[in-house]
Amino acid sequence: MYLRLKDNDTIAAIATPLGEGGISVIRISGAAAFDVADRVFVGKGSLSESPSHSAHFGRAVDASGKYVDEVVAVTFRAPNSYTCENVVELSCHGGYLVTQKLLQVILDAGARAAEPGEFTKRAFLNGRLDLSQAEAVADLIHSQSEAAYRSSMRQLSGDLSREIKAIRDELLNLASLLELELDFSEEDVVFANRIALDDRMSDAVAALEKLLLTYEVGRVYREGVRVTIAGKPNAGKSSLLNSILGEGRAIVSDKPGTTRDTITESISIGGVLFRFTDTAGLRETADEIEREGVERAEKEAEKGDVVLLVADYGEKYYNGTIAEYARLSDICAKVGVKFVRVWNKIDLYPAEAPRIAAEGREFYVSALKGDGIDFLKNGLKELALGKEVNESTVVVTNSRHRDALARSKRSLGLALDTLRSRKSGEFVALDLRAGLNALGEITGEITTDDVLNNIFSKFCIGK
Amino acid sequence: MNTISYDVIVVGAGHAGIEAALAASRMGCSVLLMTMDIAAIGRMSCNPAIGGTAKGNLVREIDALGGEMAKIADVTGIQFRMLNKSKGPAVWSPRAQNDREGYSAEARRRVEAQESLHIMQDMVTEVLATDGHISGVDTGTGTRIACKALVVSSGTFLNGVMHTGLKKSIGGRFNEPPAVGLTASLEKLGFVSARLKTGTPPRVDRRSIDFSKVEEQPGDPDPQPFSFQTKEVTRNQVSCFLTYTNKDTHALLRTGFDESPMFTGLIKGIGPRYCPSIEDKIVRFADKERHQIFLEPEGRDTDVIYVNGFSTSLPANVQYEAMKTVPGLENVEMLRPGYAVEYDFFPPHQVKLTLETHLVKGLFFAGQINGTSGYEEAAGQGLVAGINAAIGVRGGDPLVLKRSEAYIGVLIDDLVNKGTSEPYRMFTSRAEYRLMLRQDNADRRLMEYGYRFGLIPADVHGSMRKKEERIRTLSEYVSRKSVPPSAVNSYLESIGSTPLNENEKLSQLLKRQDVRLSELLRLEFFTTDSLPLDAANQKDVVEQVEIETKYEGYIVRQQEEIERFDKYEAMEIPEGFDFQRVKSLSTEAVEKLTKVAPSSIGQASRISGVSPADISVLMVYLHG
Repeated sequence: MYLRLKDNDTIAAIATPLGEGGISVIRISGAAAFDVADRVFVGKGSLSESPSHSAHFGRAVDASGKYVDEVVAVTFRAPNSYTCENVVELSCHGGYLVTQKLLQVILDAGARAAEPGEFTKRAFLNGRLDLSQAEAVADLIHSQSEAAYRSSMRQLSGDLSREIKAIRDELLNLASLLELELDFSEEDVVFANRIALDDRMSDAVAALEKLLLTYEVGRVYREGVRVTIAGKPNAGKSSLLNSILGEGRAIVSDKPGTTRDTITESISIGGVLFRFTDTAGLRETADEIEREGVERAEKEAEKGDVVLLVADYGEKYYNGTIAEYARLSDICAKVGVKFVRVWNKIDLYPAEAPRIAAEGREFYVSALKGDGIDFLKNGLKELALGKEVNESTVVVTNSRHRDALARSKRSLGLALDTLRSRKSGEFVALDLRAGLNALGEITGEITTDDVLNNIFSKFCIGK
Repeated sequence: MNTISYDVIVVGAGHAGIEAALAASRMGCSVLLMTMDIAAIGRMSCNPAIGGTAKGNLVREIDALGGEMAKIADVTGIQFRMLNKSKGPAVWSPRAQNDREGYSAEARRRVEAQESLHIMQDMVTEVLATDGHISGVDTGTGTRIACKALVVSSGTFLNGVMHTGLKKSIGGRFNEPPAVGLTASLEKLGFVSARLKTGTPPRVDRRSIDFSKVEEQPGDPDPQPFSFQTKEVTRNQVSCFLTYTNKDTHALLRTGFDESPMFTGLIKGIGPRYCPSIEDKIVRFADKERHQIFLEPEGRDTDVIYVNGFSTSLPANVQYEAMKTVPGLENVEMLRPGYAVEYDFFPPHQVKLTLETHLVKGLFFAGQINGTSGYEEAAGQGLVAGINAAIGVRGGDPLVLKRSEAYIGVLIDDLVNKGTSEPYRMFTSRAEYRLMLRQDNADRRLMEYGYRFGLIPADVHGSMRKKEERIRTLSEYVSRKSVPPSAVNSYLESIGSTPLNENEKLSQLLKRQDVRLSELLRLEFFTTDSLPLDAANQKDVVEQVEIETKYEGYIVRQQEEIERFDKYEAMEIPEGFDFQRVKSLSTEAVEKLTKVAPSSIGQASRISGVSPADISVLMVYLHG
């Protein structure tokens, strides 16, 4: 296999054991570690300008500015770090979901997922570890690579592998067409025209894009869906949660403000893990506190995937809306959180029946009687997975696979730009080759020989 | 009895042998060039042409290193073309038709004129080694000759067998006997051999061709020489001609299939897929109704025409009848039939990147013995082997060209690390750093080496340095200069490019597809400006600056890749390193690494069967 020569780039990985720990640390190492961290970290100043060995409190956000978690960033400037490179360590609140999400955001910000043992390897190569550790480090890299490879192969389902292979074959054909024109211009063969190349390359980009989108679905299966329940005190948030869970876990009373702390409960709906967070109800004694409740919901909402705004159907019946939460749906739209209204207590209004409305974004239920709860559960599942997903859909689940697919797509984008600027084939081939190599990391090797083999098998070459 | 003794013996005086012998003697060694036929020195066994896609780049590199091929080709060229001119500069490739007899005569003249280079017509039958070091050779006439280094460049002659139809004759080339004994001798030393096959088309009489039915292919109006030292090509050029096979041709060829040595399994060796025989083409691409046939004159003063595209080993009468169905060849006179030749080669994992063998110190392999095909591939290896043989004798660091600096580097690196199952030919797509390995900058890439080895004269080297300086001056001007719309808008309109609205950097303007620096610099604004004239007046300087500016983004990216690549190339693996000691390596990796014995981490990473994890393990171990 062709070695990807990449020891100068910036890598990131979760440095603490996976699981629901108290705190998780994500380590970023490489020349651009500070730049990458600054794209994710929002604090009092930029990390790039901070001294080595300093700690900074702030928020981690994704590319769209959406809140991910509160973090502490610790800076280490080369060569005074574990790897002797620039290093930023971000400590987040731990837990599998948040940590994975943060890592993804960091990778999206320009880091590459570290290979197994890569930090240690860099530390070693940069002279950080002493000589006697050579064997141990070598063994470590070997065993971790094996494990990662096996797990990656396990996750490469037959269907996915077939689909990636189909894209790769198509790219190989395109590369062959380009090379044919360059290396065999004297031959009596038909060369591809630019429009056809453009179309086929665009199709490949679209196919990659589709696969990348399924990672989101894969993420849903793997990481679950975070649902924040918001709403006024006594709108029936806890009852609704109980009704969904099917047992009386949350403390329920008919007095407003019974839920004193944030309650998190999980349930599997159709194989997807939903984690409901009931925003702490505050005793409604003053308008001010009510406002604080709304603000809290707004803040909590950003952390979730879905916000369920629970309201007494009476509000709709009498007012048509819930004024206090008008801003919440705007916030959700801005940060990409799905917003769902649940009109509760319809059992008090004989004319109303359990139903779904507004294309799956409104539900009419009675938490008390359990009416419409099935609609809601199904609706949540559809919302999380998308309607078109069914059992047979190919889903990308491995972050390494996603990383390679994303890089491949990026390279193809560059190749398309070059193609459209009417430059000669060798310039297009440069990025097309990079795109192929990225896919090759998933399916196996890519060498020049593949392209030449393809040319010789498809075209009659040779004076 | 006194034995004769030389520093270096070169076995075989083909394109590899010539370069090896000339380089080693020019580097101060006493050299003996052994050939079975003095008249066959530098013979073009197959098509009478030098260069072509990627191969032309090889010739330019050989020239920059101080080799001979480009100069011989320039003197004996009868038609010059720059291929791929409509594409980017990285894939431009010079190609020439050459006078077959002239080429050989010129090569021989140059070899004979070289001091301290002796020629002997004899056959080597035994390679002698003592304690893993080369010590000499025994010849067919019973002579023993001692040497400190031996370059074997025996072409297709090792146990060569030629096939035309079911008729088989021994020999390495038409009417020339094979080299017998050498393979067995090398095997006795522990080397492993295998068989390859190649072929050649029939030759016909020019006077029997009806040129009214074929398409003329003239040379370039402004022929470019191969050598950086040739000022210009002045002699008249001759044309080639194009015609096509048809259904009748294919039908006739099929009648000979039951007597095809290929299809009947007589030939065991593997032939090149990029140069298939005509019978192979009509079988594998049965729906293709016609195939190109190039009629290439073998010289200015000869009537022999080489029928390029019609390589075949079918029976002679079938070849003849089939040719007669091709337009223009209806009354053709066949001078000699095509044939296939099978020969021994030594799978190239047995040599190092210096082309010295792992098994015997001082023994070098170059050319077809390493599984390659083509004059240019052979010459490139011959040059490297000759230089390294001389260095072995006289001391110094051996020459290993990196993939990032030369096609010759790609060639040898591919051979050693990947091996080959068919005769290996160079293609531009084999070079991952293609944008840097251009024919136009071979001097800038490699002449420094040639000069250091004493193969490039001081004045030639001096003008290369001067050129480099001028490129720098003009580049600075181009990146600094801001151009007002008034200066260039009428030019831009004349080439259909959008006019400027405001001042723009000259370097930016140059990035436009159709804008040419040479044309811009002729505009009044520039001629009356502080333009560094001595640089701007040099065509080759302007060309370099234009290419480097126009494709800057891509070139910079490749340079970055090369820097990363070089880091791994610089991580050495000590000679004789025992990979079995590294327990964390996979079994397959240990086996492959032991077989190829790479000299650097970079090289190790290119060996198939060695995974990135293996490389990491190795890196860590070697640092320890």
